[in-house]
This record gives sequence, C-alpha cells and structure tokens, in this order.
Amino acid sequence: MQSTARDFKHNAGAALADANLQDSLAKLKVGFSERRRQAAERLPEFEALRDAARDIKNHALAHLDFYLEEFERKVTALGGHVHWAPTAEDARRIITELCRSVGARTIAKSKSMISEEIGINAHLEAAGIAPIETDLGEYIIQLRHEPPSHIIAPAVHLTKDQVAGTFVEHHGPLGFTRRLTERQDLVAEARHVLRQKFLDADVGLTGANFLVAETGSSMLVTNEGNADLSNTLPKMHIVLASIEKVIPTLEDAAVLLRVLARSATGQESSTYTTINTGPRRTGDLDGPAHYHVVILDNGRSSVLGTEMQDMLRCIRCGACMNHCPVYGAIGGHAYGWVYPGPIGSVLTPQLIGVEEASNLPNASTFCGRCESVCPVRIPLPGLMRHWREREFERHLTPKGVRQGLALWGFLARRPKLYRRVTGWANRVLALFGRGEGRYASLPLAAGWTRFRDFPAPPAGGTFHAQWARHGGARTRP
Amino acid sequence: MSDTANAARAQVLDGIRRSLRRGPLAGPAREAVEARLAAPVRGPSVARARLPQPQKVALFCQWAETNNATVARVAPTEVAAEVSAYLARNNLPAQAAMAPSPLLDRYDWASQKMLALRRGRGEGDDQVSITGAFAGIAETGTLVTVSGPDHPVSLNLLPDTHVVVVREDDIVAGYEDVWARLRERYGKDVLPRTVNTITGPSRTGDIEQAMELGAHGPRRMHVLVVHE
Repeated sequence: MQSTARDFKHNAGAALADANLQDSLAKLKVGFSERRRQAAERLPEFEALRDAARDIKNHALAHLDFYLEEFERKVTALGGHVHWAPTAEDARRIITELCRSVGARTIAKSKSMISEEIGINAHLEAAGIAPIETDLGEYIIQLRHEPPSHIIAPAVHLTKDQVAGTFVEHHGPLGFTRRLTERQDLVAEARHVLRQKFLDADVGLTGANFLVAETGSSMLVTNEGNADLSNTLPKMHIVLASIEKVIPTLEDAAVLLRVLARSATGQESSTYTTINTGPRRTGDLDGPAHYHVVILDNGRSSVLGTEMQDMLRCIRCGACMNHCPVYGAIGGHAYGWVYPGPIGSVLTPQLIGVEEASNLPNASTFCGRCESVCPVRIPLPGLMRHWREREFERHLTPKGVRQGLALWGFLARRPKLYRRVTGWANRVLALFGRGEGRYASLPLAAGWTRFRDFPAPPAGGTFHAQWARHGGARTRP
Repeated sequence: MSDTANAARAQVLDGIRRSLRRGPLAGPAREAVEARLAAPVRGPSVARARLPQPQKVALFCQWAETNNATVARVAPTEVAAEVSAYLARNNLPAQAAMAPSPLLDRYDWASQKMLALRRGRGEGDDQVSITGAFAGIAETGTLVTVSGPDHPVSLNLLPDTHVVVVREDDIVAGYEDVWARLRERYGKDVLPRTVNTITGPSRTGDIEQAMELGAHGPRRMHVLVVHE
C-alpha cells in the first residue's frame, strides 16, 4: 500500500472537515470502548489475564526462533507446508506461485492486516487472479477501492447510508437495485452475493491471530464465519502470518483469547475461534487438500532485542485506537498507511521508515489511554517517545520545532533566567486581556487559536511565583 | 526445500538470533523451553466457571442465550421431537443435513415421520443442519466441534440454522478443559484438521459497530443440552 503518512497534517485537516466521517467516529465513543469497559468489569480476573498475556508474548519473543522451528516441524509432520518470507516481496511471490499451482482464478480472502501490509491484492490482480474480500467491512471497502480505516472494523469510517449507496452501485447489475435502509438488510444482501463466491473460490487466503507451536496450528478469530468458510470450502488454504504470531501452547492461547475479544469489541468471546491444523485428513468429508503457512518477517526481527521490542506483543485488538482521542477525531485513513491509531504510530515508522512516517509518533497527546487499555500492556506513549527521539537525532524534526525546543532547552537549563522570562511572558499575556480566561487569537500561536481558544494563565503570576508564595519548597518533606 | 527457500528460512531465523544476540537455543535454556512446551502451564483460572457440574451446565445455558443462541434442555428420548418442534416453531422446512455421527444416530429420528434427514457434508443451499459437539464451555456458552468423518465442518457454517446436540457430561469449565480432552482423544501435540469453537450465531459489527446476526454463518443457533 502506498503511504500518505507524510501528508498527515493535510489528511487530518480533511478528516476533521468530513461530516460523514465525523458521524461515524462519534459512535466509537459509545461503541467498542464502552463495551470493552463493561466486559472488563464483568471478569474479575481481567487484569491478571493481561499480565499473563504480556508475559506469554514476552516469553515467545525471547524464544521466537525456537517456537517457529517447532511450529514448522509440526505443520510438516501433518502434511502441511511452511514458507519463509523475509520481505513483503517474497511473500507476494510465494502466495502467487501457490495460487498458480492449483490453477486458481478466484480467492476467498479473510481479513488480514498483513495482506494489506504486503499489498497482495493488487499483485494477485496483476497476475490474473481475483481476490475477493469476504469480511463484510473489507468487502465494502474493496468495492469502494479504499484502504481499511481500523484494524478490526475496516469500514468503521462509513455510515450505513454510504454502504447502501455502494451496494446499489455494485449489486445493482446483479439484480439488487433497491437502496436499503436497514443494517440487517445490507448484511443479508452481502451474505447472498458472497455465498456463491465462497463456493466458487479455488483458494482460501486467511491471516492468523496466533500460530501454536505445540500443535502446528493456526488460530483464527472472527465473528462472521468468513474465515471458516475460506479455510473449509476451497481446495487450498494459505495462512499468511508474521513471525511474532507464534505462541507456545494451547494454554497460552486460552489466556490471549480471553483478553482479545473483550479488548476488541467487548464480547465475552468472538463467535468463531478456529484452530486449523494441516490439510484434510483421510475420511474427512470437507476441508482443503493443501495447507500452506507463509511466515513473514518484513523488518520485524530487527526490532527484537531493541527498546522497541514491546510493539511485537501486539495482538491487533484495536483497543488503542478505540480509546485514542486523536484517532477518534480523525479516523484511520489520516494516518496514511495500513496500521492507524497509537499502535500504527509505533509500527509504521518501523515498517516503512521513520523518514516517511515521522509525523505519526507526534500525533499523540500522550494521554496514556492506549497503554491503559492494551491487553498486552504495550507502553505505547513510551514507544512513540522513542520514535520522537530518533526523529530528533536524525534531524527530521521541522526547523521551527527544533528551534523552539533548542530555545526551551536553553532556558530550562538556566532556572533564574527561565523564571524571569516566564514572569515576563505572564505579564505580557495579561496585557492581551485575561478577563475572559482565554484568548481567541494570539500572535505566533495562530496554528492553535485558529481552531480553539488558548487558555489564559491564571492571575497571580507564574506557577513558580505562586509556589513560592504558598511556602512551596519549604514544606516539602 | 529449494535453495531459495532454504536461504529465506535461514535469513529469517538468523535475523531473529542476531537480534537476540545468541545462536540457536542450546543446553539448559533449550531444555527449559522444551519442558514448557511438553507440560503446558495454565494461566489465571476464571472463577465464575469453577462450579459443580449441574451449575456448570446452567452457566453454559445462560451464556449461550446471552450470546443469542436458544437452548432446550432435554432427555435423550426427547431430542428428535425437540428438533421437529423447533423447526415447526420457526416456520422452517422439516428437513436437515445431519452429521453422520454414531452419537446422533442413537436418538430416535425414526419417530419423526415428517422430518427428512440427509447425512453428509453441508451444501450451499442447506436450510438446517444438525450436529453434535465435542464439548461445551460454561465460561462463555461456547460449543466446541472437531472435524472428522462424523463431523464435516461445512455443516457448522453453510446452513441458515444450526442445531447442536451437546451432552451435559461434555460441558466443561473453560478452554483448558477442552484442550485436556482433545489430548486425551487425539494424543499429545495432535489435533484434527479443524477445531471450531462457536459462541452463538454468526454476526458482524462492521456497519456502524452495531452487531447484526447472520453474517456468513448461521443466523440461528439452537442448542439441545441432553441430560443422559
């Protein structure tokens, strides 16, 4: 996928002015995040499970080579195949070759963020193979030629009415000409159209939520059942998974599953959790004859052992974006690449380079809500801070910001001067009128005051001055 | 494996080891992870499902209903009649695709003269399927099915209505108890092609985050909990 992360500021501005998007985003505050809170409260063990989930992923990452080899051994023993893809290009080539090996014309695809990351759809289309997205949200955005705007709800940026318009346009030629107004009718129509596509598909391409080393299984979590149809009806099942998806045992999966659904949608359990192990067995009445797992690195292994390693614990629940005030204001597309929200601001610079994505780690107020809801306790603000530091080290920070920081650094290291300057600034601000408690415009601060008022400093001087007056330092224990 | 494939494999594994600043795991470090893999450790247990069997069954039924399934508690002699009655109550045709399972064959289907059963895999236009279940999970009202000659996976997915027969004795507390039963039946480290855990009918929250039932899988799920 072509990144527009460089244009983040422009994207964000456009998003704020998009009325449909703002309508859709308003629902996030009462949707997933409220349901997550309720689910967490219903389960007294939730916090202990989060700790355990973090520890499991840390253990798996520390022994990643061992568990991947174990996984491969088990898959192979059952007649499946494991393919290693160091880069996105390798993964695209392997998948295309596999599809060609069975003469595939259409592919039933189950939602996979990694497949977006490697841009597999365009590649398959160029090879004359038609990938059909079967997750409802992915299907909608495939029809609209849009990228996903959320990692678990790809069409969350759209209103029901926009979906209805898309369906009339694309299903009309199939005989569905009535513009629908009810969600359940939209779901039923998509089900009907996609059912035949499932039955006709030659290959099912899915992601994986987890790879289980103990049994050589891929695990998939969905609500719709589309992943299950994708891995049951076609003659070949291809699993595309990145290296950090491997976990040791089924017991570990149980812990992770308990935090995944609750963190994502606030469900006690997703409707379908499916464990696939190898191809169809002797005597089975259905299932694919061929089972392949493509293991993608694409820059992840280089994160191991660094201060950024924690990002690899992510289980892609989407809670960080559901709770992020920045995501809530601008949606996912503004981030400009596959992974939006706080986890996207951490992953994207790693995967496509900090030069391209340096805006993203700055798109945070560091309010910390993302970290407070992350099921595997990824210190997201801390990781974004690391990226900001790297950006500064590499001189990627804009000149104005660098100069501002340099000036502040100069003052902060000289306390007496700092107090004199802030005291002076405080008095100057008072001249602009403190009466209303805010300023509608200020010189040098137009970027702020164009959209909101600037708060006035309280009467009584600077914090330092007030602190001193209240006895401040003297009463410190 | 071709040379390219071998090189790719080495590239990924060596990259991981370089970052972790070590070679392939060996000695006591390797023994420790092998031991963890051989004897899986359970995570924090969930108290709400640690109950005597009758209450466990009741909890299963309660969660299954919360997750939009319907539940009927029946004796073995009532299974076939309840299926017929359920289909009639919901204005569904008296015909179904049924899993070719010896466990299901024990019920008195012959008593239902009007009910037409076809044994085999699911087809795209099936209205109703009837399957057994390997286990039920009380913690979340989840059903567990395993693929095999007696249970084609397509029956769980293609029909509009999925009728599942689960025995009270097969209802357990949590996932971990299911894993233990799977190891008992299939052996350590070995699983059937597919283990499905299913919690209620298919659904989607993809339009405006509102859950709608019947996305790609069944719109309705009816669970018969059999007291044997």
